[in-house]
Amino acid sequence: MRRTFALLSASALLLTACADAGDEESVTVFAAASLSQVFEEIGELYAEETGTEVEFSFAGSSGLVEQLENGAPADVLATADETNMDNAVEGGLVDGEPELFAENFLVIVTPSGNPAGVESLEDLDDDAVETVICAEAVPCGAATQRIAETAGMEIAPVSEETSVTDVLGRVRSGEADAGLVYATDALQGGADVETIQIEGAEEDPNLYPITVLENAEAPEAGQEFIDFVLEDEVSQRILSDAGFSDPQ
Amino acid sequence: MIAATRRFSRPPAWVMIPGLLGAAVVLLPVSGMMTRLDWAELPGLLTSESSLDALRLSIWTALAATVLCLILGVPLALMLAHARFRGLTIVRSLVLLPLVLPPVVGGLALLYTFGSQGMLSGTLDLFGIRIAYTSVAVILAMTFVSMPFLVISVETAVRGMDREVIEAATVDGASRTGILRHIILPLIGPGLVSGAVLAFARSLGEFGATLAFAGNQQGVTRTLPLEIYLQRETDPDAAVALSLLLIVVAVVVISAAYSRQQRAQ
Repeated sequence: MRRTFALLSASALLLTACADAGDEESVTVFAAASLSQVFEEIGELYAEETGTEVEFSFAGSSGLVEQLENGAPADVLATADETNMDNAVEGGLVDGEPELFAENFLVIVTPSGNPAGVESLEDLDDDAVETVICAEAVPCGAATQRIAETAGMEIAPVSEETSVTDVLGRVRSGEADAGLVYATDALQGGADVETIQIEGAEEDPNLYPITVLENAEAPEAGQEFIDFVLEDEVSQRILSDAGFSDPQ
Repeated sequence: MIAATRRFSRPPAWVMIPGLLGAAVVLLPVSGMMTRLDWAELPGLLTSESSLDALRLSIWTALAATVLCLILGVPLALMLAHARFRGLTIVRSLVLLPLVLPPVVGGLALLYTFGSQGMLSGTLDLFGIRIAYTSVAVILAMTFVSMPFLVISVETAVRGMDREVIEAATVDGASRTGILRHIILPLIGPGLVSGAVLAFARSLGEFGATLAFAGNQQGVTRTLPLEIYLQRETDPDAAVALSLLLIVVAVVVISAAYSRQQRAQ
């Protein structure tokens, strides 16, 4: 019994030592949930090239900022909108100036075959077209309202969902004739959905900022990761393959 | 005599400790939420158009679902209580499935059955019936999750009945429907009421199945729980205020029903 305990403590010590050694070569990134797939890929690539491991924590942007406010340790923050990044800047959580690395804009998706024959945003005020959008309280819903206002029209939805994935889900399953989602979501819908561009949507995108944090334990490695996201050709391709556009 | 029975059936004093802890498990989080309540803002938050729409929708759909549960659930409970066959346990667990099923799964099941691409979509189209995105879908979701509560209560009441009374009535030549109306239903009255109250309360709190199946539109499908979930995104104060509203409605309904029942006994 005593020996087992000794063994356990020894291995625990060893593990701690390993973890300590690892800390110097790892960077912790807090990123918006919509970035999870692309950042995992970019992170692997970055680790291969630099030998620095990337630890990710993915959640909704507002949740991430709240975690940081409560003292969560991280080196880098990437949010899915500027509002939440502004909150982080105002809260004194950020070191330096956030940089924009990607943007995302709304598109119309329909089930494959486009059963209601939707051609443009204007078709969505027709009651015969069952349209689902995000509720105005969530960011994609606010973007939807802006698009409709710019076009000078009103969308007549049958349902206002709490998340963009629910909108995609309803269109994907054919339960709705049309929905407004981000270009990246539309790509995730694959062959189940057809995508229709909205005129003017690209001029009013959602911007994704990234920055090093004030309490970063590895600020240099953090900045290196940010540069990798912004400048590496393969990371740029991973982003564009997922449907993100370049903000520059 | 009654007083004596009461004294003997009183539990030992030590049960107070776990008992009160049990009450605390429920009451502590509720009171914790109430500390976040902004009393000054409360009237404004509760009387906004979207809140009132959600409240109105929640109450009438929960009532409709309760009625539907009574119409369909009482006969089902009678069948289960009197059935004697080998697979009865399996049949009963299938009927009670919504009790253990995550409500979202129930919502998906309803979607794949009654949705516009669901199993019955052809039949429904034939009659020009559209369920998804209407209040009917809300009622259906509520009925699905609430029915087991009514069925259990009623079945337990039927099984606990004094069979001799029914046998006597049968000997006197009463018809089966007559026995059901004049003897069984009055006898199981308390079980019926508590089952209906449970079904109403469960319907009022229904969230997952409604979200997955019915949709989310103000005044049509956005019930109080869905409104709370949405408000939480932008205005946590409003979400807490609406939660209080939901709690008040539920407590009033449940205590009114039970106090009437106790007076009747």
